[in-house]
Amino acid sequence: MDSALIPEGAKRCAFPKFMIGMAVVGAVLLWGVYAMFLCWFKGLNQTNMNDYYGFALWIWADLAVIAIGGGAFFTGLLKYIFKIDELKNIINFAVIIGFICYSSALLILAIDIGQPLRGWFIFWHANVHSMLTEVAFCLSCYFAVLTIEFIPNILENRQLNKVPFFHHLAHNMHGVMAIFAATGAFLSFFHQGSLGGVAGVMFGRPFAVREGLLIWPWTFFLFTWSAAAFGPCFTLLVTKITEAITGKKLVGDKTIHLLAKIAGWMITTYMVAKIIDTIYWATVTAPSLGFSLSHFYTNNAFYGYWILIAEILVCGVLPGILLIMKSTRENPTTRLVAIILATIGVCLNRWVMVLQIMAVPVMSFDTWALYIPSWQEVATTILPVAYGIMLIAVAYRYLPVFPQELELNKSAKAAE
Amino acid sequence: MIQHENAHKFGMVVDLDKCTGCGSCMVSCMAENNVPFKEDETRKKDSITWMRVYKLTNGKPFPETEVVYMPRPCQHCSGLGDHGHSPCVSVCPATATDYGYDTGIVSQIYTRCFGCRYCMGACPYHARYFNWWDPKWPEGQENYLSPNVSPRMRGVVEKCSFCYHRYQLAREKGYMEEREIEENEYQTACTTACPAGAITFGDLNNPEHEVTKIVKPDPHPDPMNKNVVGKSRNPKVFRLLERLGTNTKVYYMSEREWVRKAGDNYLDGEWDKRKNHHGSSSDHG
Repeated sequence: MDSALIPEGAKRCAFPKFMIGMAVVGAVLLWGVYAMFLCWFKGLNQTNMNDYYGFALWIWADLAVIAIGGGAFFTGLLKYIFKIDELKNIINFAVIIGFICYSSALLILAIDIGQPLRGWFIFWHANVHSMLTEVAFCLSCYFAVLTIEFIPNILENRQLNKVPFFHHLAHNMHGVMAIFAATGAFLSFFHQGSLGGVAGVMFGRPFAVREGLLIWPWTFFLFTWSAAAFGPCFTLLVTKITEAITGKKLVGDKTIHLLAKIAGWMITTYMVAKIIDTIYWATVTAPSLGFSLSHFYTNNAFYGYWILIAEILVCGVLPGILLIMKSTRENPTTRLVAIILATIGVCLNRWVMVLQIMAVPVMSFDTWALYIPSWQEVATTILPVAYGIMLIAVAYRYLPVFPQELELNKSAKAAE
Repeated sequence: MIQHENAHKFGMVVDLDKCTGCGSCMVSCMAENNVPFKEDETRKKDSITWMRVYKLTNGKPFPETEVVYMPRPCQHCSGLGDHGHSPCVSVCPATATDYGYDTGIVSQIYTRCFGCRYCMGACPYHARYFNWWDPKWPEGQENYLSPNVSPRMRGVVEKCSFCYHRYQLAREKGYMEEREIEENEYQTACTTACPAGAITFGDLNNPEHEVTKIVKPDPHPDPMNKNVVGKSRNPKVFRLLERLGTNTKVYYMSEREWVRKAGDNYLDGEWDKRKNHHGSSSDHG
């Protein structure tokens, strides 16, 4: 039915089967859209947020998708600036994942603010001292860059590519993509960093505050570094999931191993920095403000030392080691374990840097504040996931996302 | 820092030994500032209380139990080093909250706030409140709202303004009469409502004002923590979370040591080393 749109030579499932899958995911998406409209029309009283938990599930989701979407800028930087040509086999997919993550982040922000119609005030009345201002500017600009990076891939659709203008536009855009990749890397450095700065500058919150370099707290650099380290792991994870669903090999092992190796070294070096930061904060910064480490991890029903161990050791150091060692990196099972742990790890870090900050009491007579999100919050958080699945499905079906697809599956068929 | 010679620095000191916890300050604040309330006020963490009275105990069993009530308005922080970069002001992305260098008051511009709530996260005192609902008043009560304070809409943050409208009225009167405002001309609603006289409000830059006489603020940075400015030289006076360097302009006073200790966080054994330190020039205060 839609065979004229499918890339030449590529095999895709039957159109009705595709549509059934889309309908199932679409139902979840509609559930999220319904919750989104409830929040817009009835207000944020639809959530379980409160005056202790001004930042909650959405802000975590926002930070998490931006972190795991970091694979786009970092892979782009490696491919176009550092000229690691092997990554051309995964760059399209990394860009699509980044596009999904960043558009989701912007959507979440639009739901999260109390007066959505005033969202533009952040640009118009910009406070140059606020990390959030920097986030807004860089995030918006980088989303524009991602869109530009995505366009050539869209124009390579079999039918669109027949139009000479689109064909030449796509070709020429590929030619100048290094400029956009460099711009994207620059913007990402600042918005990933300023998202870390959001927490690090809160000098009223001893759990969050960090010292730093000039105006930037250490969390600024740690967030950028972690996004570059863990983002490619999410790209690899989604690639693996897509391969499992489609039953095809989509990216060659050489590319996968290379990206996994780079991610492994990035994670390992990040973890060294993160551990130093944590030790300094726990032994110098927090005690100077009157807080011992135990204050942040005891006397409450949820936040124990387990979360620190899980983030740093289990989902940080361990995947780093698994990915830098050749034997475990090239073993599909241990590599999968590593990229799953890494993705969880960076999401856990963002959770801690948003929700635990809100939970920890600061005044000596205050109490821990725990919160459970409402269904509207959960639905709107799942909404981007459904949207992402649908966009990937459509892109995979109609666009030449994976340059190696035909070759890899031809050789697999021949081997049979 | 933009600050002229005649700048005020409004602040208050609350005598916790006088406070009975009656709640008059909270009630007067809500009435004065058109603070809305919910039909169901059982969920306290989304109730709006610009002035909130905390109940503290010394944690000892009867008969040694002691209780103190601590009224907590916005602390009107002047931030690290007293430069006006309050925890909330410096983070607001839309400049919807601002530090008045001429008054020391942290303002909130309701029509500019778009409800990101970053300021709430940054405030360790929980002094900022979000309007989770549109304000609804019982029938007829709209007629009794204060005409000097604009009610807030759903989706924006609000907080104590030190009854800034009262300052504006006093300032205008003084301007018309070509004179400076008197100490008693500008007093917050909570100060005037307190039946025990526990709250003293005034200009911390004016040595004649009672609040300054009680607090004796040290204008120099604290040698133990350069971020702290304005530490009280009165050994009975303290500020909430002073060690963070928020440099609040709300001071508290108590004869009781455990109350003063409750104002901040200390590592084990640290309080005994610090309790007798009262600013850089305490010896001549």
